[in-house]
Amino acid sequence: MTGLHARRRRRVNAFRYVVFTVFGLFFLLPLLAMIRFSLEGSTGGSWSLSSWGQIASYAGPPPLLSGVEITLELAVITCLVVLALLVPTVIWVRLRVRWMTRLVEALCLLPLTIPAIVLVVGLAPIYRVIRQQFSLSALQLFWVYAVLALPYAYRALAAGLEGVDVKTLSEAARSLGAGWFTVIWRVIVPNMRQGVLNAMLLTGALVLGEFTIAYLLLYTNLQVTLFYVSRGTPNAGVLFSTSSAALLFAFVLLLILSYVGRARGRQSERSKVSK
Amino acid sequence: MTGVEVSLRGLHRRYGSVVALDGLDLTLAPGELVALLGPSGCGKTTTLRLLAGLEDADGGQVTVAGADITHVPSNKRGMGMVFQAYSLFPHMTVRDNVAFGLKLRRAARAERDRRAMEMLELVGLTEQAGRYAHQLSGGQQQRVALARALAISPKVLLLDEPLSALDAKVRAQLRDEIRRIQLEVGTTTLFVTHDQEEALAIADRVGVMRDGRIEQLGTPTDIYSRPATSFVAEFVGLTNRLHGTVAAGSVNVRGCVLPLADPATPDGQATVLVRPEAVTVVPSGPLTGTVIAVTFLGASSRITVDLGDTTVLAQLPTSEATALPAGSAVALTIRPDPVLVA
Amino acid sequence: MAVTTPSEVGAQPVRAGRRPLLSSSRLAWTGTLPFLGYVGVFLLLPTGIVLWDAVHGSSGGFDFGAVSTLWSSSTRSYFVNSAELSAITSVLGAVLGAVLSYAVATGNPEGLIRRLYLAGSGVLAQFGGVTLAFAFLITIGPTSGLLLHAGWFYDFPQGIGLIYVYFQIPLMVLVFLPAMDGLKAQWREATETLGGSAWQFWRYVGGPLLAPAFLGAVLLLFANALSAFATIAAWENQISYVVPQQIGTALSSEVGLSSVNQADVLALGMIAVVAVVMTGYTLLQRRTTRWLR
Repeated sequence: MTGLHARRRRRVNAFRYVVFTVFGLFFLLPLLAMIRFSLEGSTGGSWSLSSWGQIASYAGPPPLLSGVEITLELAVITCLVVLALLVPTVIWVRLRVRWMTRLVEALCLLPLTIPAIVLVVGLAPIYRVIRQQFSLSALQLFWVYAVLALPYAYRALAAGLEGVDVKTLSEAARSLGAGWFTVIWRVIVPNMRQGVLNAMLLTGALVLGEFTIAYLLLYTNLQVTLFYVSRGTPNAGVLFSTSSAALLFAFVLLLILSYVGRARGRQSERSKVSK
Repeated sequence: MTGVEVSLRGLHRRYGSVVALDGLDLTLAPGELVALLGPSGCGKTTTLRLLAGLEDADGGQVTVAGADITHVPSNKRGMGMVFQAYSLFPHMTVRDNVAFGLKLRRAARAERDRRAMEMLELVGLTEQAGRYAHQLSGGQQQRVALARALAISPKVLLLDEPLSALDAKVRAQLRDEIRRIQLEVGTTTLFVTHDQEEALAIADRVGVMRDGRIEQLGTPTDIYSRPATSFVAEFVGLTNRLHGTVAAGSVNVRGCVLPLADPATPDGQATVLVRPEAVTVVPSGPLTGTVIAVTFLGASSRITVDLGDTTVLAQLPTSEATALPAGSAVALTIRPDPVLVA
Repeated sequence: MAVTTPSEVGAQPVRAGRRPLLSSSRLAWTGTLPFLGYVGVFLLLPTGIVLWDAVHGSSGGFDFGAVSTLWSSSTRSYFVNSAELSAITSVLGAVLGAVLSYAVATGNPEGLIRRLYLAGSGVLAQFGGVTLAFAFLITIGPTSGLLLHAGWFYDFPQGIGLIYVYFQIPLMVLVFLPAMDGLKAQWREATETLGGSAWQFWRYVGGPLLAPAFLGAVLLLFANALSAFATIAAWENQISYVVPQQIGTALSSEVGLSSVNQADVLALGMIAVVAVVMTGYTLLQRRTTRWLR
C-alpha cells in the first residue's frame, strides 16, 4: 500500500470524511434539536415521550389527528389517481402514438415550471366550483396533488419502462388474443413494477409535505395543522414530535426506494471520479 | 524514430484477496509490438495500467529505456494510451483533442495545431478536424484517440482493448491500420486483447496470460502451432480433444500415429489436442464418418464429422468443402504434427 | 394524420361524445385523452386563468393597468427581495451542494453513505417547507432556549437564507450528482497519461464539462427558491418580504374583495421570471446530457 495512488486515495478519503462530517452535522443539527425538544420540552431536565403520545391525542386547536388522517388518505388517493392516469398513458404512447412522446413529457414536466404558488392563484376559482358542486372535504386536494406529482411520477415510470421491450411484449400478448387492457395492466405493468413503486413512493412523500396549496385554498392537511398549532402554541412539544415523525417517515420511504430502485442498466457502467 | 526497451520485472498486484498479478516478467524489445492475450481477469489490463502508472504495483519494477519508473507518476511517464472506448473529451473538437497533450506541455498554439494535423493525416482524419466526438463513428473515435496518444511522441504506446467496442468489419480494418501506423512511427507498443485472432494478426510477439502470469510468450506462429500448454492451445484456437494411447513418445489416435510435443509423457491412455487444420480429408483413411455440419468461414470452411462415438472438426478450403454437404460419408486422416496432451 | 399541438390540447381538452376507436391507428392518439383532459383542467386551465385575469380588469375588458403595477416601486421591491434571496441561496447552495456531490460521487456507488445522502436529499429538498422553519426555530431561533441563539434569525435575508440553503444543498445533490457520475474515469486517465496534473484535469476537462450542468443547476435552484412559500410563511407571518408571500396575502384578501387581480398579476410576473430561468436550465441540460451520458 505504498506509492502515489494510495497516497492520493487517502487524501481524497480524508476530504470525503471531512465533507460528510461537516454536512452531516449541518443537516442533522436542526433535526436533532427538534427531536431533543420533543423529548425534553422547553424547560429542560425531564425527558418524556409525552409529546410523541400527543400525536394521536392533541386536541388542538386545531386537532392534530384529523390532519394526519386527511394527509394519509390524500397520499393514497393521489397515488392511485396518478397511476390510473399516467401508467396507461405512458404505455399507450410508447405502444401506439410515439409521436406524442415529446408532448406528454413536456406536459408532465410543466409543473416544475409553474410553481405551486402560481398554480394556486388559477386554481382558486376552480376550487370554488368544486366546493359548490361537489364537496367541502380537504380530500378534494387530490385533483391538484396529482398534477404536482406528475414530474416525479413520470420520470419514475419512464425509467421503469426503459428496460421493457413494450412492442414485442404487446405483440406477443395480442397474438395470443389479449385485449389492450390485458396488455397494459397484466403484461406490461408487471414488468415495470419498480418504476410503479418509485412513482408511488415519490408521490406519497410529496403529499406528506405539501403546504402551499392546501393553506392558500383554505384546506387543512397535516402541514397546515402544524402551522396553526405553531401559531397558537409556539413551542408545543407535539409540533416537533409530529414534524420529526413525518420527516422520518418520508426518509424511510425514500431509503426503501434507494434499495429497490437501483437495478438500472446504466448504474453498472458508472465510472467514478477519483482525483 | 526508434522505440525503447521496456521491461517489467516481478510485478505483483492484488485487490483485496484477489491476486491480479503474480510475479509477472515481460520485456519488450525496442519498437516491438507485444500483445497480451487472455481471458478476463487474467491480469492483462492490470499489467498495462501498471505500465501506464494508473495503478501502483505491490511489488516489482518497471523500467523504460533503462530508467526505473516504478515510482514515477503517470503524468510524468510520457506514455500514449488508447482506451477501450469513449475516452475523447466530448467538449473539444477532434483537433483540440489531439493537440491536448501538447497544450499540457505548453507548446505554442501554431506548433500544437501543426502537430495535430500531422497526426490526423497519419490516421486519415484531416477532414474531421473540426468535428466533435459525438459526430464520429466508433472507429473514427478510436483513430482520433490513437492520434491523440501519438501526438505527444510517447516513449511507449499502450492499447487497452481498443477494438473491442467496434463491429467486426471495422475491427479488422482498424487493426491493420494500427499495425501500419505502429510500424511507421516505430514506438514500442503493448496491446491488450481477449481476441486471439486480433493478437495473432497484429503482434510481433504474443503473451498468453493466465492467473496473473504469462503462460507462454512467443511469435504468433509459435503460439498457434507450438502451444506450450493445453491452456494456450485451447485459448488460441479451436481444438479437437481426441482419445489415444501413448506408447514410446508417440500417440496412436484411431490409427493415426502422432509425435508428442513432450516425448516424456508416460505411456497409457490420454486425451490429445488436435487443431482442425491438422485434420484432412482423404479418399480413404483411418477415420471414417458422416458430415453433420458445414460452416463457411470465407476462403476456408469447417466441417463437423460424426465418427460414431465422437465428433471432430476439420478445416479445409471452401472449394473442397462444397463437395461435402451434410450427410456425405467422408474419410479423414490427421497430419503428424507434434501434439499436446490435455 | 391527426396532429395535436399543445395549444389545441388546452382549447379542447375533453371531446366527449366521440367514441375513441382505439384500434384504428389514425385515432390511436385519443387513448391519451383522459390524461390530456386532466392536465388541461388542472394545469393548463389554472395557468390560463392567471394569464387571462392578469390582463382583464373588473369590467371584463382588456386592461393592462394591473400589469403595469408590476413596475410600481412597492411591487418591484418584492421582486428584488425575491431575486436577492434566490440568487444568494442558489449560488451558495450550488457551490456547497457541488462539493457534497463530489464527495458522494467518489464513494462506492452501492454504499450506505450514498444511499443515506440521496434519501436524505430527497426528503429535505422536496419535503421541508413548514417543518424546516420549525427545526431552525428550535435550533437557533430566539425561543429555542436550548442550543445556540442567533440574533439575526428573523433578519432578511440571512435568517431565512440559512433555512433556504438547507434545502437548496440537497436539491443540488439530486440534480448535480448524475452529472458528476457522468464524468468518465477514462477522461481523467487520458489527461493523466497525456501529462496533465490534477489541477489541469479540472481546469481543462472536468471543469468545462461540468460547467453547463452547474450553471443549469444554479438556475433550477434559483427557480426553486423563487417559488418557495411554505418555509417563509412558517418563518415569519408579520412582514411580507418576497413575491410568494405577497401572492398569499393578495389571495387571502381576494376572498373578501372579489375580482381584485393583484394575485394574478404577481403570478404572471413569477411565470415570466421562472419561464426565462427554466428555459436557460433546459438549454444547459441538453448540452449536459450530450456530454455526460
